[in-house]
Amino acid sequence: MSQHALLRLSKVSKRYGTVQANHEIDLEVHSGSIHAVLGENGAGKSTLMKLIYGVEQPDVGHIYWNGQEVHLARPSDAQALGIGMVFQHFSLFETLSVVQNVSLMIPGKTAELAQKIADLGDQFGLSVDPHAMVHRLSVGERQRVEIIRCLLLNPKLLILDEPTSVLPPQSVRRLFETLRKLQADGMAILFISHKLDEIRELCDTASVLRGGEVTGRVDPREHDARSLAQLMIGREMPNVAHAAPQHPGDERLRLNALSHPRASRFGTSLEGIDLKLRSGEIVGIAGISGNGQQELAALISGETRAQEPGMIEIMGKKVGHLGPMARRKLGFAFVPEERLGRGAVPEMSLADNSLLTAHSRSMLSRGFIRRGVERAFTRECIEAFDVRTPGPDAEAGAMSGGNLQKFILGREIMLNPDVMLVSQPTWGVDIGAATAIRRRLLDMRDQGCAILVISEEMDELFEMCSKLHVLHKGHLSPALDAAETSPQEIGRYMIGAAT
Amino acid sequence: MSGLEFLLAGTLAASLPLLLAALGEMVVEKTGLLNLGLEGMMAIGAAIAFICVFHTGSHMLGFAAAALISTVVAMLFAILVIGVKANEVAAGLAIGVLGLGLSALFGKSYESRTISGLPKIDIPILSDIPLIGPTLLTQDIVVWLAVLGTIVLWWVLNRTKLGLIIAAVGENADAARSIGYPVVLIRLCAVAFGGAMCGLAGAYASTVYTPLWADGMIAGRGWIALALVVFGTWQTGRVAFGALLFGILSLGELTAQAMGVGLPSQMLSSLPYLVTILMLVVISRRRSGLI
Repeated sequence: MSQHALLRLSKVSKRYGTVQANHEIDLEVHSGSIHAVLGENGAGKSTLMKLIYGVEQPDVGHIYWNGQEVHLARPSDAQALGIGMVFQHFSLFETLSVVQNVSLMIPGKTAELAQKIADLGDQFGLSVDPHAMVHRLSVGERQRVEIIRCLLLNPKLLILDEPTSVLPPQSVRRLFETLRKLQADGMAILFISHKLDEIRELCDTASVLRGGEVTGRVDPREHDARSLAQLMIGREMPNVAHAAPQHPGDERLRLNALSHPRASRFGTSLEGIDLKLRSGEIVGIAGISGNGQQELAALISGETRAQEPGMIEIMGKKVGHLGPMARRKLGFAFVPEERLGRGAVPEMSLADNSLLTAHSRSMLSRGFIRRGVERAFTRECIEAFDVRTPGPDAEAGAMSGGNLQKFILGREIMLNPDVMLVSQPTWGVDIGAATAIRRRLLDMRDQGCAILVISEEMDELFEMCSKLHVLHKGHLSPALDAAETSPQEIGRYMIGAAT
Repeated sequence: MSGLEFLLAGTLAASLPLLLAALGEMVVEKTGLLNLGLEGMMAIGAAIAFICVFHTGSHMLGFAAAALISTVVAMLFAILVIGVKANEVAAGLAIGVLGLGLSALFGKSYESRTISGLPKIDIPILSDIPLIGPTLLTQDIVVWLAVLGTIVLWWVLNRTKLGLIIAAVGENADAARSIGYPVVLIRLCAVAFGGAMCGLAGAYASTVYTPLWADGMIAGRGWIALALVVFGTWQTGRVAFGALLFGILSLGELTAQAMGVGLPSQMLSSLPYLVTILMLVVISRRRSGLI
């Protein structure tokens, strides 16, 4: 380990309007170290990374690289020094292919780059078709592309923003092996994650951020997850109430041999999916993104129509031929995987985003919008679900992922649905918000709602669900009793070793 | 000359102003902007080119002057939209109206004057081919350059890094900025290119296709070019095909009138627009079917 810190920040501050995003941050990152940055949503992690990556410039403070003060006016300055970053909100171009995206950052012939992408994919378990169009990829696959693109730049400092949140357990292991190899080569890694166990396993230093300030510098290996979480949120960790599940009641959602051909070359065909969901239970669908999760969610929500009406039943009615609105009228609500674009319109205010699905809550009067009702509903949602935002007029696109997710989930819950589909409920959401979201879903279950959760996070599914299915290559496993199965068994289904 | 020969001979020339303007606008839109001022930029280009050729007799000078003046007008759009972040629809319409007004002002004293067009080139062997030789394959130099330019543009947009960067900027400007591309500069260049292409389109219309000055001679072709970009789904080949289709339709209208088809001329004139609407419906239906 070198004497000088590779990267040193001294009293760095950044303010946006009235929000002090970072306040006098000191940070040292050494070569050959994996340094964790911990913090809740809005704690200033993203801002800090933007300052280091040259996306934004600090108002006050100094940044030193190898002991020399540097001024990072733009990301290319940071890249030139050897700083690479994998973003939480991906910076991929959806209408381009994987290899085209990579070639925008890395010089080289298409065929060579495609080969390099395939090689890295094999090496690190980041498999992705180099010629696939990005808009056809699942969230998980997109992140793999981001990581590959960054590694191809051979950075000296690699910033990873919530990198493991979408990887299956097997790939997390392999990613960690990769990161350790890179560490052994002398690379410095800034690792932002809300998965405390991972930080304890992987990182040798942790800086804890709270309210834009560094509140602690610890060796995470010497702390347990609970005390780390406490440092991060400044209070005791809330417990998820594992209330005894009530006896499931009437059937709310049923899939009968649901099959659907893939829409494109890179899509997944669904084959003969059977599923039953009763009131008062949460059923989980585990599996790695890209195995038909998007297709299944679109079919259940009504975005894609099923081939036969009887393939999907909601509240006992055949709905396969109905659109999303008609299904919502039956008491169905949906929290999609993509918050921006499907869950909310980024350019619109929160109030107007409420209107999109909650217009039936007397927000309309003879075709005119009742702004008062719309705002009252939004304000109630913001308060009830602890959404941190200036108010109902805030733009959805300007909010952090966790806050927006709380808002979208709150909006759907406030509709009092009888049956709900929630896709990747806590993807990219920090531990505090994720715990709150899970608790809300359990409350909903206890009130008799039937909830189907599609998630890549196994812990989350085991925590909430009474029954689990695994989706692999468009096939759904039989229902597994959560109390009897194990992560290992689920893992076997996830990689196709069991059917 | 039969109706068919008339169509074969005239289609390329009739399509050319549409083609150039639409390709220019396509590049602008690919970088994520929308310039609605095509009609005005074509009009000012047409006026300046006509005046230039009228006094100097040099078509090349006319084309250069037209490209220059329309680029200047386009830069005004860029300053408004990129510089001071004005609404692009309003800014586009404003410079469109400005271009139309300036063209009427400059062209006032040249009303109904005529100049000579460009000679058609006889290419040996090619022009000996029966039917298409003396018609389709006997065109002026600008047509051939435009055909070549279309192919080059397709190649740049689809086969080069520059094309990739343009697509990237248009799709996600923030991401492009975050990986270090000069988004503003790229957009400025695209707007300038779009302006220059409109200037050339206008120049061709006023100094080659109908070498005569009449106020309002662009006659809505800027708007058709704008529709063609959507019609062609931002793909060079399809935009070019759309331009040809409109060329044929506008000539077909003349042919039908000359042949005394018993339809009111207004109906025939509206044909290109009706076809646009029809094609847009077909395209959008096909697209929604895919998802």
